[in-house]
Amino acid sequence: MVKPEQLRNGKKLHISEMLGYGILLLFALSSVAVLVYFIGSIASRGLSSISWTFLTEVPRVGMTEGGIMPAIVGTIYVSLLTLAVSVPLGVGSAIYINEFSSQGLFNRIIRLSIRNIAGVPSIVFGLFGLGLFVAGMKLGQSLLAAAFTLGLMTYPVIVTTAEEALKAVPQSFRDGALALGATRWQAVRHQVLPAAIPGMATGAILGLGRAAGETAPILLTGAAYFLPRLPQGVTDQFMALPYHLFILATQHNQISVVRPLAYGTALVLLALVLLLNGAAIAIRLYYRKSKQW
Amino acid sequence: MTCSVINQVAFSIKDLQISYGKEKVIKGIALDIQEKEVTAIIGPSGCGKSTFLKTLNRMIDTVPSSRVTGSICYRGQDIYAASTNVVALRHNVGMVFQKPNPFPKSIFDNIAFGPRLQGVRDKQKLKQIVESSLKRTALWDEVKDRLNSSAFSLSGGQQQRLCIARALAVEPDVILMDEPCSALDPIATAKIEDLIEELRKQYTIIIVTHNMQQAARVSQKTAFFLTGNVIEFGETAKIFTKPKEKKTEDYITGRFG
Repeated sequence: MVKPEQLRNGKKLHISEMLGYGILLLFALSSVAVLVYFIGSIASRGLSSISWTFLTEVPRVGMTEGGIMPAIVGTIYVSLLTLAVSVPLGVGSAIYINEFSSQGLFNRIIRLSIRNIAGVPSIVFGLFGLGLFVAGMKLGQSLLAAAFTLGLMTYPVIVTTAEEALKAVPQSFRDGALALGATRWQAVRHQVLPAAIPGMATGAILGLGRAAGETAPILLTGAAYFLPRLPQGVTDQFMALPYHLFILATQHNQISVVRPLAYGTALVLLALVLLLNGAAIAIRLYYRKSKQW
Repeated sequence: MTCSVINQVAFSIKDLQISYGKEKVIKGIALDIQEKEVTAIIGPSGCGKSTFLKTLNRMIDTVPSSRVTGSICYRGQDIYAASTNVVALRHNVGMVFQKPNPFPKSIFDNIAFGPRLQGVRDKQKLKQIVESSLKRTALWDEVKDRLNSSAFSLSGGQQQRLCIARALAVEPDVILMDEPCSALDPIATAKIEDLIEELRKQYTIIIVTHNMQQAARVSQKTAFFLTGNVIEFGETAKIFTKPKEKKTEDYITGRFG
């Protein structure tokens, strides 16, 4: 037992503890610092390039003037197409794994595969897409080929978040439905899925953000170096923000001239991705508040 | 095993054994459950009473490691025969769970869910079913002005009565109740007990309960379960006043459990 008079002798311990906390706090704060520095430095250098012209016009004079509208629209197109591929695939897989399969070896193999897909480097996805979709399925370099490639790449994110969302639905909803004479599919369709949709939407938007920012997979499967018009259809090539940024930063023959445009492009891409993440967080917060169970 | 229809018997159970993995939970029991009566299942925790209840509408199928042998005949049909339509069985044998488990939907949609599954689409007909189900659970007057509010806006006791109304809406024959009052306060419990008394005129009710007074109040027959066996089964009045078995007496007088 500590003697009562020793109770006041806690100062030494206090200082070393404070030091420990302080260091840990510093580590934790570094994440905030990095983000703030990132946004600050890109915004300060890119903001001057942002104008209505920049956002709404096509690049002109060898990409040294004009805007980046085709790249913005191209990125939005390819991201949405990607979702059209990965959401049905990912949500469907998650429903099967979580609701229907018996939790055996087969299930473990599926999970292991998904985890490994998540670990494949994006350039390898690019090559894979080039081999399978562009050359193999003869889609050519196109929005479709790029969307399939990105779709496979974001698939693990979608499956994982969709599965978390399904797991968060209380078993009692399933039992309640089954006991009323619902089939397993009816229980999932009418009671489980509606309750899981907010969580799934969050995952889909995070996947969208990831797809929007990728360069390597689309570089080989559909992104155009320079295409001063919008894609005419899903078999057309397209411009995309990350690839355009890569060109302006390293491939252009007048790099110092286009530097402000590169920062402007980076800022637009960053804003787009942050906006998507913000939307995901907003959905999550909204549904957490209105959740009833 | 063959089943035959026995007059006034809803369930005829013979040599029923249930195990979870290697653990045997029910070790060979036989019971005949009378229709339009309340049968109470009592016994200490872990004696297999909830497991037994879940086999009667095959909700035990959702436990992957479970294995059921022996026979359960429901009105002449072996419900564990390969040809059994489990969905149809659950239409006839409804269930109310320990914790009220309304769906995160409106009061109306909670009750309309079952009839909709059975293909009722007509709005008027649905309204009629919702109203009569709520009236039978004495909930109508409390909620008739807010049928579109969330079921979660109701109190625990109201939620449980909603779950009973939901079970009634599919017009079952039997209602299984798994400790339906264990999460409720005494006033809500009394309301549910009154309801059970009312419902038994029309339905066969099997209720698992931890509360001996409740078993004595609401049931006509009582089965005392202990470590996977039925120790005693008979008229509730007799079980609670003159039990034949020493173990039953010890349990109901509170010497163990």
